[in-house]
Amino acid sequence: MADETAESKSADEPAPATAASGSLDVCGSLAGKRIAITGSTGFLGTALVERLIRSVPDCELVLLVRPGKKSSPAERARREIFRNDAFHRNISERGETPRSADTFWEDIERRVTVISGDVSTDGLGLDDAGRATLASCDVVIHSAATVSFDAPLDGAVEVNLLGPTRIVETLQDLGVTPHFVAVSTCYVAGNRRGSAPEQLLMDSPFHIDVDWKQEVKAARRTRADFDAESRTVDRLDEFRKRASHELGAAGTPLLAAKTEQYRVRWVSEQLVEAGRARAASLGWPDSYAYTKALGERALVESKGNVPVSIVRPSIIESAWMEPRPGWIKGFRMAEPILISYAQGLLKEFPGVPEGVVDVIPVDLVVAAIINVAAGPVTDPDNVAITQVASGTRNPLRYRQLVELVSGWFTEKPLYDRKGQPIAVAQFSFPGRGAVERQLERAHKSLDRADRTLKLLPLRGKQAMINADVEEKKDQVERARDYVKIYGAYAECEALYGVENLLDLHGSLTSSAQETFGCDPAIVDWDHYVTEIHLPSVVDHARVKTKPERSDPDARTTRLRKRVLAPERHLAAFDLENTIIASNVVFSYAWLATKNMGPSDRVKFTLKTLQEGPELLALDRRDRTDFLRHFYRRYDGASVAEMDRLGQELLADHILTKAFPAAVRRVRKHRELGHRTVLITGALNIVVDPLKPLFDDVICAEMSEIGGRYTGELLAVPPTGEVRAQALRDYADTHGFDLAESVAYADSSSDLPLLDAVGFPVAVNPETRLASISIKRGWLIEYWSKAQGGTDKVLPLSPLPSLRKSRL
Amino acid sequence: MAPANRPSPRPGFTLDVDRQTPPILFHHGEGFRMEKLPVGRSRVIYPSEPLNGLKDPDHEINEALLNPIEDDPLPSLLTPGMKLTIAFDDLSLPLPPMQRPDVRQRIIEAVLDMAAAAGVDDVHIVAALALHRRMTEPELRQAVGDRVYEAFAPHGLLYNLDAEDPDEMVILGETDHEGHGPHKETVQMQRRAAESDLVVYVNINLVSMDGGWKSTATGLSGYAGVRSHHNPETMTRSKSFMDQDASELHRSNWRQGEVIKKHGPRIFQIETTLNTNTFGYDGPLAMLQKREWEWSMRDRAAFSGMQLGLKRMTSAQKRKAFHSWKAPYELTSVQAGEVEAVHKKTTEMVYKQHMVPVAGQTDVVTMGLPYLSPYNVNSIMNPILVAVQGLGYFFNLYRGKPVVREGGVLIMSHPTPWEFHPVHHPSYIDFFEQVLADTTDPVEMQHKYEKQFAEDEWYRHLYRTSYAYHGVHPFYMWYWCSHALQHLGGVIVVGGDNKAVRRLGFKPASTLSDALEMAEDVVGPQPTITHLHNPPILMADVT
Repeated sequence: MADETAESKSADEPAPATAASGSLDVCGSLAGKRIAITGSTGFLGTALVERLIRSVPDCELVLLVRPGKKSSPAERARREIFRNDAFHRNISERGETPRSADTFWEDIERRVTVISGDVSTDGLGLDDAGRATLASCDVVIHSAATVSFDAPLDGAVEVNLLGPTRIVETLQDLGVTPHFVAVSTCYVAGNRRGSAPEQLLMDSPFHIDVDWKQEVKAARRTRADFDAESRTVDRLDEFRKRASHELGAAGTPLLAAKTEQYRVRWVSEQLVEAGRARAASLGWPDSYAYTKALGERALVESKGNVPVSIVRPSIIESAWMEPRPGWIKGFRMAEPILISYAQGLLKEFPGVPEGVVDVIPVDLVVAAIINVAAGPVTDPDNVAITQVASGTRNPLRYRQLVELVSGWFTEKPLYDRKGQPIAVAQFSFPGRGAVERQLERAHKSLDRADRTLKLLPLRGKQAMINADVEEKKDQVERARDYVKIYGAYAECEALYGVENLLDLHGSLTSSAQETFGCDPAIVDWDHYVTEIHLPSVVDHARVKTKPERSDPDARTTRLRKRVLAPERHLAAFDLENTIIASNVVFSYAWLATKNMGPSDRVKFTLKTLQEGPELLALDRRDRTDFLRHFYRRYDGASVAEMDRLGQELLADHILTKAFPAAVRRVRKHRELGHRTVLITGALNIVVDPLKPLFDDVICAEMSEIGGRYTGELLAVPPTGEVRAQALRDYADTHGFDLAESVAYADSSSDLPLLDAVGFPVAVNPETRLASISIKRGWLIEYWSKAQGGTDKVLPLSPLPSLRKSRL
Repeated sequence: MAPANRPSPRPGFTLDVDRQTPPILFHHGEGFRMEKLPVGRSRVIYPSEPLNGLKDPDHEINEALLNPIEDDPLPSLLTPGMKLTIAFDDLSLPLPPMQRPDVRQRIIEAVLDMAAAAGVDDVHIVAALALHRRMTEPELRQAVGDRVYEAFAPHGLLYNLDAEDPDEMVILGETDHEGHGPHKETVQMQRRAAESDLVVYVNINLVSMDGGWKSTATGLSGYAGVRSHHNPETMTRSKSFMDQDASELHRSNWRQGEVIKKHGPRIFQIETTLNTNTFGYDGPLAMLQKREWEWSMRDRAAFSGMQLGLKRMTSAQKRKAFHSWKAPYELTSVQAGEVEAVHKKTTEMVYKQHMVPVAGQTDVVTMGLPYLSPYNVNSIMNPILVAVQGLGYFFNLYRGKPVVREGGVLIMSHPTPWEFHPVHHPSYIDFFEQVLADTTDPVEMQHKYEKQFAEDEWYRHLYRTSYAYHGVHPFYMWYWCSHALQHLGGVIVVGGDNKAVRRLGFKPASTLSDALEMAEDVVGPQPTITHLHNPPILMADVT
């Protein structure tokens, strides 16, 4: 590797790697040691565990893992750490495969102990056994962190600021003094230009003295304040409005859940903003650097007699060599930006062309941490600092990176949905403000379009325009966020000193240098960016890298196949606009005009059209109220007469308006042995003729007295959440599994029904449901009436006079 | 009535197209095309002019009932306490529906008068639908008249046959023929008719395949009976099904008739023939049954006016306008009595009106398909019905051999829209989407799909309670094309919806000259052409 770099002759050519070697035998020094690790499920943590297992064969590991929502820490470790492809190298070196890796798992079993713990709670949430295990460790490596740069302030404070302190306090409590290696970040130095050496922050001349305990209190208070504000009348109204804008008349439970989701998200957004503001006010790029910086200070203050080393990496990216070139876990900081750029979404990114992008491959960081852990603690009272960064030793300039990236994507472009290659933009290195303004403008106009479209009564394919606009809006929102969050880093011009790191590298025996070398000079950036990092990122992001036009129907066909798989249990159908292009008003109009003369019909039509807007508004607000209100009109109608008319209604109205493909689908489900059920708020009078099409029908039923309808319903009509409940009850009664069931519906007011099943299908969706279906990857069907059927504004029954004889 | 000064009706004839020949009228759905046919190698077959109608139809009917052929006079068959069932041909006859009073109304009224005089009070009147759609109230009123309708319908004594009512259909037996296709020749009949002391069948014999034993053996039957002969095997053995002597369909119905004679009720068959006065001697459509060179100035003006008007109308409006047309048909004969003897006379009368002598075959046959087929009265002529109109009906209107040679090309003109009547033709929609998308081979679809459609619960429900053709009906339509599909080298549709035409397995062409050019690929250059100038109906007697 060293000779590879020697070939590159740039101005930034690194000094040749230190040839000198020392006496630190890493393996030997860690042999027989027990090493506790926090944050092992993360990117850095997993790499660290992998390297220790593979390259330090005689050490034991204790992993402090938080219990997951559904899984125990041991399960999480198994799934999230040891099943990661990082371990494939270890497994194949044993001559095994990931599917049958007996000796590997035996080794893990023997050498790794997983204990349940959480660095965001005092005492680390350890039980007695866990405390005993921790107490037995010789080294504790703390790599747990909230690495997301836009974490809410209080969360970052709990983990990043208080985490290290909690650990040393626990160690003191246990009366042990293992070597504590804390992973921090170079960016604790703050937004500044010029050199940032490996020293404690308080030793820096630019240090601002802040009381970290006050900051903790303030962060917790901020959470309480915003939480209180989020519960004010105005805010709650706003959240509810937004929820109903997104979901429409989806029924109270869903709207309530969405409203609460908006509230929680709002609080979180405010805390992110608060964190960013507080960080900026003190000179840090974001709350991550700010809380890490204060975390270091708190650690120094509370370390007591525990020997502490701090390792500060810069921006950690995919691996240079270990466990394999390009290895990466999760979608990390630079990846979304790169992909957005390649997709043509991000045309500019703020930055200074001659500035340094301080990136460091993860394996170098891992090596540095292991070396620090293995090294002797020379001065237990002082804190040793090691920065792992490339900026001074082997800098990657922003301009160079941009050229490499744009060159690479020009050669290997991503493709859009139509199979056209996407041309990447040429950067003009604008300021952050200009980029942000440009994105803000785009966002505003898309937002306006989105709002307008949602108000229009669109359906089916037209409604998809809105879904497209919404998707574009989301993309712009994401781009805007990236610029906000990462822009500060791109503009940071600090140069991080790495003398200690190089000393550490030099202190290794020559064989240890081969395995655990940590001199950033070995990285050849051209090779790294174009051959290692970008292929890995593109591969990871699962984007289109081939020009074949993606078959838009392929996905639909696949989804349809799943919906029509024989193992499905139940298929539930909505009626209006799913099976027939009609609604309760139309069927009423048909029935009501059945015995009217021409003049009454005109009056009736005018009256109904006049009421239209009001009815529509009521329907949008609450479907149940609308149905109740509307069905009053049937007050006094003769039951016998209505039954008779029902049959005619089927022929004259329902079948004319039916979607033949929908009818075919119902029958297809029956043919496959699925139970079919119609669940609708429409009246039994209207639905009865359709009964033979389905196995079962659940619909609104009106009470009757003396052979006449009362206009009052027997029970709450099955709409919105009631419909979902009706389906659940139905499934329970008949022993069906809703996860294996299908539901067809057309509007967002049917969301509870669609949400209740494993295979929801949107039929001719209106705008809101169209967007939701696309986001959630639901099958969308466009069904139309039989060509040749009639189209009337208001369907009236045929004039009786026409049927009179003409002798 | 024919104008008093009309010379005796001229017979049909074959016109050889020469330079003097004006453009020829092609029906084109709810519209028309005027087409110049290639000179020197084209001929046009014109139908006979309408025969003169009977002067006093009611009197003739009475006479026929009192003096039946090979049977006793109807009054002598009527006795108090007997069960009498009157069955009549449904909506599919005649085409277009005739002006009131319908001939069925005249006959039923006459029969009812005699029954009342004889003291018969157990009378049912049933529309012999077989697997056709139920008739609506206005359609029933049109056929039987308001007096009959109002006297019987409210009491449930006038109704549509329900061939899917499991309790109301009976099997009379099987013929001794093993049957073509997958089924035995079964004879099925409505229970009421089967258990009646007398069934009076009231027929309209529009074309030569109607009537005879087909009236009762098919009309009063259901799937079990109809499938005996409505299959590709029978249809390809019927060359043509309009020619009784060469029709396996006919023979099969006659074998079923033997079973009815043995195990069924006594049948008193009343058959009628109509002339071809389809569009009137005068009035807005009169030119449609005239020969182009005889069009008067008024005819020309009326025709251009109509063409202009049609251009401005939506297809729904055009459909409504055309379907409101009631033909001024006149009764040319009525005969009653024993089925086979009656039908012999009827057939003679039909041939007299329809038969046109034609010498030899040509490479290509052209036809202009009108807006109407037997299965879209008050409905939409969907692509499947277009196919059956051309390849089923018009193609088979021959005796001897088809007007087009084997391996020749059939060119038909029709807009063929991808449109279906959702109430009348629900199973057609699915047939078009599922079956034809998979195969256009009658035998393959019979084995793969027929049973599924025929026994489908939803179609059964719609057939029984709504106004839908039976689930299996679109298959029969396709089977009726079997003979033509087997005989022809290609089918081209002029002016049709491209997608719909291709789904049928045919080739679309935008003009007749394009179609003729395309036909040359199949039959060679400079092909000879026959144009069937139908309607009014003609039957080619090809020698």
